[in-house]
Amino acid sequence: MARQATRRSPRRSVRSTATSSVSSSEPSATRGAVRRPRAKGWFRGYFKGHFQALFLSLGRVSRHPLSSLMTIAVIGIALALPAGLHVALKNVQGVSEGWEDAVQISLFLQKGIEAAEAERVVEQLGQMQAVDEVIHITPQQALAEFRQYSGFGGALDVLDDNPMPSVLLVRPTAAASEPLMIEPLLQQLRGLPAVEMAQLDMEWLKRLYAIMAIGERGVLVLAALLALAVLLIVGNTIRLAIQNRRDEIEVQKLIGATDAFIQRPFLYSGLWHGVLGAVMAWLLVTLSLWLLAGPVQRLSLLYNSNFQLGTLEPLATLVVVTAGGLLGLLGAWLAVGRHLRDIEPT
Amino acid sequence: MIHFENVGKRYDEGGEALSGINLQIDAGNMAFLTGHSGAGKSTMLKLIGLIERASYGQVIINGKNFSKLGRRHIPYVRRDIGIIFQNHKLLNDRTVFDNVALPLVIAGEPHRDIQRRVRASLDKVGLLDKERVSPLSLSGGEQQRVGIARAVVNKPPLLVADEPTGNLDPQLSAEIMNLFAEFNQVGVTVLIASHDIDLITRMGKRVLVLEKGRLLDEPGATPDQAEVLQ
Repeated sequence: MARQATRRSPRRSVRSTATSSVSSSEPSATRGAVRRPRAKGWFRGYFKGHFQALFLSLGRVSRHPLSSLMTIAVIGIALALPAGLHVALKNVQGVSEGWEDAVQISLFLQKGIEAAEAERVVEQLGQMQAVDEVIHITPQQALAEFRQYSGFGGALDVLDDNPMPSVLLVRPTAAASEPLMIEPLLQQLRGLPAVEMAQLDMEWLKRLYAIMAIGERGVLVLAALLALAVLLIVGNTIRLAIQNRRDEIEVQKLIGATDAFIQRPFLYSGLWHGVLGAVMAWLLVTLSLWLLAGPVQRLSLLYNSNFQLGTLEPLATLVVVTAGGLLGLLGAWLAVGRHLRDIEPT
Repeated sequence: MIHFENVGKRYDEGGEALSGINLQIDAGNMAFLTGHSGAGKSTMLKLIGLIERASYGQVIINGKNFSKLGRRHIPYVRRDIGIIFQNHKLLNDRTVFDNVALPLVIAGEPHRDIQRRVRASLDKVGLLDKERVSPLSLSGGEQQRVGIARAVVNKPPLLVADEPTGNLDPQLSAEIMNLFAEFNQVGVTVLIASHDIDLITRMGKRVLVLEKGRLLDEPGATPDQAEVLQ
């Protein structure tokens, strides 16, 4: 069983590709040792393999631009919905944030309290630490205001005397305006002998915050549902890709490809779909906000506000892209786990 | 290199494809496997390529006992066996070069080595000028040679071919067989399944005959010698 490489035709200058490593004098067991690459080479090969798969999969995505784009668009819309709602909520919060400063308590004084006595109450309130400012609206002022704005001025002429009480508008300090601090102040003011009724103009703000909390929770629920949708979309896309490449997978397995090697391009394909879908979502949200910016500004001008529509902040963008990538990877991983094992050469 | 010990293969639907096979092919030898269709040739090659597992008995290839081999190890074992298929099993959406390079890419070889070794392999089968074309534009014989180039590119110690000349005319068949003989000359163990009796006898190598799943006694075989050598 001598090695006979030297007997080959001289015309073939290239050394035999088949065998130079084989020396038949070795025992067959060592010759057949499973060829795993050595540690350092393995490390390098590992990253090279990933690098290749990363770009191979991007190449495949770009080779079918239309179908890829459609999948990416669906993922983009699915991710854009929660992202867009998040931005909308943030904007509502931004608008309402200033309103907390505008908390005021209306004190309706007992009827029949003279103006001088009302002024004493104003002075008394002004000395309280929690109170920033007190505005006294006399019955005459209240009547004039009512006449001017309500449109029922004619009805007032029928009355013999002024039905309006003195009203004190109490504006608490910022510290006292906190939801927890405002309640004791309200109780205290209610207890004043001259006060008939104390009303906190903040109930509606509390309700608004409650509604926004529901909105936030709703965005989370919606995001979870749509994340599931993205998972299914990517999973299905990868399942089809695996089916389309059935023959290729078979051949690769036959010539010694590991499962890791075969699944890598599919996993990266899922990653690409997810990340590109997230980019699409960012574009959709940004475009929508750009379209809304004009009308919103016009509305805010009508309210004498210089409110600017907020966009998707960098952190949220990062979250969307990361979530897209992870969902894509997970969807692909699920599909690969289910379908790659089924393909065995026959 | 190839060692079968009382090997049998039963299929759920169709009885025993192989029964009681004992076989020894030493490293560096070349042998033909022949017999009628359905005699079990393909099944035997599938056992060697780990495409199927034996129902009983021991298949030991290249020092590896296949009955004790976990699924995880299969890819690494297959890298040491160059398999050539009757229907080539080439990837038609890739060039000839990429097809031949695939085993090296799978094994994670450096880029420079891949270039060099693929060219060497293609040169060996005489297709160096076709490296940039798709396998679809090649003739049947040329496609078969691409398959051979791919099988030998990572220098496996064992080559197994299933009807490599099945669809070729006699002259091309002889060329392909001579190619295998050349690989054998440099030390590769070669096992070829073929029903082309004329061609096989002309090659003057060991011939294994399968009939209804059993291995017939070979006229020139010397199993005892083989045992001793092992």
